[in-house]
Amino acid sequence: MLDAQRDYVLRTVEERGIRLVRLWFTDVLGTLKSFAISPAEMENALNDGMSFDGSSIDGYGRVQEADVLALPDPNTFEVLPWVDAKSAEARVFCDIAQLDGTPFEGDPRQVLRRNLEAARKLGLVFYVAPDVEYFYFAPRNDGGRPVPLDQGGFFDLTTTDITSSLRKETIRTLETMSIPVEYSFHEDSPSQHEIDLRHTDALTMADSIMTFRFVVKEIAAMRDVHATFMPKPLEGVQGSGMHLHLSLFEGDMNAFHSESDPYNLSDTAKSFMAGLLRHAAEITAVTNQTVNSYKRLVPGFEAPVHVSWARNNRSGLIRVPVPKRGSELATRIELRSPDPACNPYLAFSVILAAGLRGIEEGYELPSEADANLFEMGDAALTKLGIEQLPQSLNDALRVMESSQLVAEALGEHIFEWFLRNKRAEWRKYKTHVSQFEIDTYLRSL
Amino acid sequence: MTSTGLLAVYPDNPSVDLARTLDLANFAWKGVANPETLVRLQPTEGWMGAVVACDEDPEGGWALCRNLRRLDRPVQRILVLITGAQIADLEMRDNLFDDFLLTPFHPRELEARLRHLFYNEISAPSAVVIEHAGLRLNLETYQATFDGRPLDLTYMEYELLKYFAHNPGRVYSREVLLSEVWGYEYFGGARTVDVHVRRLRAKLGEEHAHLIETVRSVGYRFGASKWQG
Repeated sequence: MLDAQRDYVLRTVEERGIRLVRLWFTDVLGTLKSFAISPAEMENALNDGMSFDGSSIDGYGRVQEADVLALPDPNTFEVLPWVDAKSAEARVFCDIAQLDGTPFEGDPRQVLRRNLEAARKLGLVFYVAPDVEYFYFAPRNDGGRPVPLDQGGFFDLTTTDITSSLRKETIRTLETMSIPVEYSFHEDSPSQHEIDLRHTDALTMADSIMTFRFVVKEIAAMRDVHATFMPKPLEGVQGSGMHLHLSLFEGDMNAFHSESDPYNLSDTAKSFMAGLLRHAAEITAVTNQTVNSYKRLVPGFEAPVHVSWARNNRSGLIRVPVPKRGSELATRIELRSPDPACNPYLAFSVILAAGLRGIEEGYELPSEADANLFEMGDAALTKLGIEQLPQSLNDALRVMESSQLVAEALGEHIFEWFLRNKRAEWRKYKTHVSQFEIDTYLRSL
Repeated sequence: MTSTGLLAVYPDNPSVDLARTLDLANFAWKGVANPETLVRLQPTEGWMGAVVACDEDPEGGWALCRNLRRLDRPVQRILVLITGAQIADLEMRDNLFDDFLLTPFHPRELEARLRHLFYNEISAPSAVVIEHAGLRLNLETYQATFDGRPLDLTYMEYELLKYFAHNPGRVYSREVLLSEVWGYEYFGGARTVDVHVRRLRAKLGEEHAHLIETVRSVGYRFGASKWQG
């Protein structure tokens, strides 16, 4: 099959007159990286990989050996739809390997592959469907506050707005790049939009999210608009989350579904949820990796604050949606904490690891918390045994640091680099004197 | 699997079962009403073979068989359909047929007999270009176009579309598509098929997405059904 795939890619490069092939991969922070090769090099790249100096890539640097290999994954080869056909370009996602061909431990895609392999050994395939939120702003380079482009609200029909046509064009482009869209609408905040992607296996979805973020920004930039996945760009309104709908399939069977359970949740689903809940604090630094992420995870804005689950309660960490027409394939859980600024490969890795730990150890699912947790006092929450998610990047890093589960899921290389890098980010933030402090203290103290 | 030659089929409006079996097995065929049309419709390279239904009109059927043998390019392989009561008719007519099948027949048996009879003609798929309702697949260059515009597909999307386009009008279960397109060793399960069908529909665009139809609780069909009702 691999040979046929390579042949297919090479013929397409030739037939479509591709002038440039962009090799895409991801650094540890989740930033898309790319270098271009000429079509003449493509065969060589497919067979032997392309070596490059990884030392300048975030999280790739090693003491001994800086060079790594980019191995194109031929099944991800796509012609880029927004490039003029006269100078056609294509992109292909790469796995990063050491020069001897073994997977490079700093490559997030390889980390996800390794975690998916653990699920596969249990006979399980991990499916993910994200609801991605983001903002469109007027471009400004003076570092001032972002300016929304519309004043629409949730599901508003803002037909005349440039943002609606941007969203439409984005969806059209995504669909021609093998990324089907399930829903899209104007979200709650001014200039905030949501696009929900149709489920795929986790590796394809992580690639799709990388492509998605690139396409959203690229299409906006063509119209001189700035699109951002920053979790909380505006104070006082909802931030941007990336709720993840998760399920495990065993062959053609949805391993999360049970006919006999009142919520149609199988024991596998319950243990998986229990794993996510028990390890929630440990994985939060990865699913919410910026200082700004924690300004979204506050009460009152539909973002989760507490480690709990419920069927129809959007204040909890996990929601169990009611599937349409009771279809057993649609039984799934929705994890509500991640934000769209995360590295999807690493986020999926730690989420899966936490869930699988629950299944392997047979964790017991705590009882449902269906009250509005935002309105309950700390004492009442403690009585229910409901904890809070980490309150800051610093809190999250401290819990992550002592997590064996996250260290195993990410591998030592990324685990250590991530902690180092993020602690530095926290230190920079901690020493920053904010406008809030000037406004509050300068005159009165 | 595609046959290289044309089959003559008698009568010219064969039963639905016979027509469907020939289509599903990818035989190219033409109905012939009588010895005159048999000559008139004869392709320049001659008929590859013939399927003659003698069960409803024995006299016309056997007459056609005689004519098939007498053509300037005599037809070498003739399969006749007869009823159980007609077995005695086979005696003294051994020169007029090469194989026979009792009606009502099982489609799988007819397909197996035809496949055996025309083994040499159908062993190699020969089509380089597949066309269907504006869609064009060049199997040599792997390029797909719709109404002349290029359709950019990933390898698995292309393979799935190729499989569909080879057999328009036929309904496939997810399991069959998975084993035929992805191969049995593929781990992902039939859900992979749904994911790729959705991706293909997205690429075909709203206008043409209906080309791949969902057949409820069965699977998928590419193009309209050929045997309505």
